[in-house]
Amino acid sequence: MNVFKNFFDKHGLIVGGYLIFAVSFWILILILLPQLNMLDFSFRFNLPPSKVGGPEDVYTASNYTFLMGRYNHEDVWVWNSTDLTVFYRTILAAVFVTFFDLLLCYPIAYFLAQVARGGFARLLVLSLVVPFWVNEILRAFAFRILFGDVGVINATLKSMGIIDDSIDFIREDIALYAGLGYAYILLMIFPIYNAIESLDKNQIEAARDLGSPWWRIHWRVVIPFAKPGITSGCTMVFMLSAGALAAPQILGGPSSLWFTQLIYQWFNTGGNWPRGSAYAIILLASCIIFVLLMMRLFKVKLGEIGR
Amino acid sequence: MSAGVGVDLKDVWIRFGEFVAVREANVAIEGGEFFSFLGPSGCGKTTILRAVSGFLDPSEGTISIGGANMAGIGPNKRPTALIFQNLALFPLMTVWENIAFAMEVQGAGKKERRRRADELLELIALPGQGEKMVSELSGGQRQRVAIARALCAQPDVLLLDEPLSALDLKLRQHMRSELRAIQRQVGITFIYITHDQGEALTMSDHVAVMKAGVIEQISDGQTIYDDPSTAFVASFVGENNAFAGKVSAISKNQATIDTSVGKLRGRIATAARGTINKGDEAMIFVRPEAVSMSGTGTSNKIKARVRTEEFEGAVYNVFLNTESGEAVKLSAVNQGGARAGSPGTEMTLSFNAAQAVVLPRGELASE
Ligand SMILES: Nc1ncnc2c1ncn2[C@@H]1O[C@H](COP(=O)(O)OP(=O)(O)OP(=O)(O)O)[C@@H](O)[C@H]1O
Ligand SMILES: [Mg+2]
Repeated sequence: MNVFKNFFDKHGLIVGGYLIFAVSFWILILILLPQLNMLDFSFRFNLPPSKVGGPEDVYTASNYTFLMGRYNHEDVWVWNSTDLTVFYRTILAAVFVTFFDLLLCYPIAYFLAQVARGGFARLLVLSLVVPFWVNEILRAFAFRILFGDVGVINATLKSMGIIDDSIDFIREDIALYAGLGYAYILLMIFPIYNAIESLDKNQIEAARDLGSPWWRIHWRVVIPFAKPGITSGCTMVFMLSAGALAAPQILGGPSSLWFTQLIYQWFNTGGNWPRGSAYAIILLASCIIFVLLMMRLFKVKLGEIGR
Repeated sequence: MSAGVGVDLKDVWIRFGEFVAVREANVAIEGGEFFSFLGPSGCGKTTILRAVSGFLDPSEGTISIGGANMAGIGPNKRPTALIFQNLALFPLMTVWENIAFAMEVQGAGKKERRRRADELLELIALPGQGEKMVSELSGGQRQRVAIARALCAQPDVLLLDEPLSALDLKLRQHMRSELRAIQRQVGITFIYITHDQGEALTMSDHVAVMKAGVIEQISDGQTIYDDPSTAFVASFVGENNAFAGKVSAISKNQATIDTSVGKLRGRIATAARGTINKGDEAMIFVRPEAVSMSGTGTSNKIKARVRTEEFEGAVYNVFLNTESGEAVKLSAVNQGGARAGSPGTEMTLSFNAAQAVVLPRGELASE
């Protein structure tokens, strides 16, 4: 209670009350309740409205096990290999996109934070940000055009004589990876930029003065310092690309499904909300576990990310 | 003395756009000596040090280390190690990793690095502290770790950019003698930067005094103090009472200046001999400790009135005003006897011509 008293003493009744209301509204109504609702949903059978609340409305784990597989009518276990493949390919692709973004964004962030100065740096930031004023879906379509059969990239490669026939970037999923990678580029750059910007230039110079080549300066001085930023950038890009829907819809090849598309199908065309909820929760939980494992592996603490 | 590697600056100019940060610097630093650059903030000391360590190229002129021209050689390839004004220790490495970083760069194994780090920890009197993080050390200890880290690179020349400025007085005095001891022990050339003249005088074999990008005088500490070559040096190094006027007479190495407090006689500074003539604008400088309250013995007499008195322990300072309003400071050794007296007391001050220095009129250091 003392905490509350201090809080109200510090902020006054009106501001303090508003803060508490806003934060609890955000956490309860916008985050906790929908998720809990979904969690509840995911453990129920897909019943017609008339039977909801009736004797058949009991909890079940069947929506979860459905992703694994089920017993067919001869009582033989069959793996749900289609969905499982989609699941693991989505995770793998998200890892790939994250890694690619990290490789691309670290140098940009370093350049912005330590090398570029004044007007030039601002111009660079602006040119990074402006494309994101365009709607996400329009951007995805722009990529489709760029990577299309007769798109700019194919045309250029052809005119330079590097290839004879168009490359089908869409079927090869290259367009999808590029689109996803580009979509979250800022979420990777800014946390890393923030971290590197607070690094004392003298530390880089000190390492250089002690004879260090540039790669070791990054390996031993800059990257360890930027690790919290790198972690939060990677986490966001990984989570968001694993959970992306628009880009896979528009840029994905005909054969490749993204796991979110499966979820979407269950909710939409499949009309099976409980199963869709179960799938969504599996995706969320797997992503969280995966991120925590990676943080364990790279020895980052959860608290550092917020810095 | 001459065992180590020397550093030579020949006609070095350093410009940032239109702004001239260093103007025609000519410095010859002998191998194995402790050399200081002394000057007020913003006079270009750090700029010179950065040029020697290779972080910036002189606009004109050459810098050579051990006789070899350093043009085009990067900081990681020079036989120098720089200790930064803010130390710039690596916060995410342990103390021993910090110290042994230069060996890590050279590809030495962990065992070897650890052994060398422990040796250096011994040298800087921090044995057994290798596993700590830098943030767990005190200011003075960090200081010493920075020195050890630089020494580990086995530089021929160690460059120090005001490394003691962040420490409190006691620790600073302690570190001064420690630095000097380390320098004697390792026997390499130290180039030291400071705006603290006490620091420069106590530690250095030679001192270069700088003002706004220009090196005004290079000499040993005693000469700088006793025989300054410009009015700026006279007023910047130590304290000095200055009186301006016209030269009214010259005899041998002495000159008489007609000042607002009367005719004062002093020794012409070595650098000014032959260039000062009768009728020139000149200045006469006399140190507070050379002024006596007896008012007898010499022709240099000044009438003044006590303003305040300040007791410092070993010495006491008396601040006075002359009849024409000039401030005069006097320092006397505390012998337990009588003091100058209460404010307003009138007295006649005197000083020896041999202890006053005459220089051409010039800009004084602003306090
Ligand atoms: N990169 C730069 N670009 C433009 N001007 C600079 C640059 N570096 C230094 N200067 C200018 O050069 C002058 C000398 O700077 P320097 O850092 O050498 O001073 P300093 O003698 O080390 O002073 P301090 O005792 O305050 O550290 C200053 O007026 C500074 O503004
Ligand atoms: Mg400086």
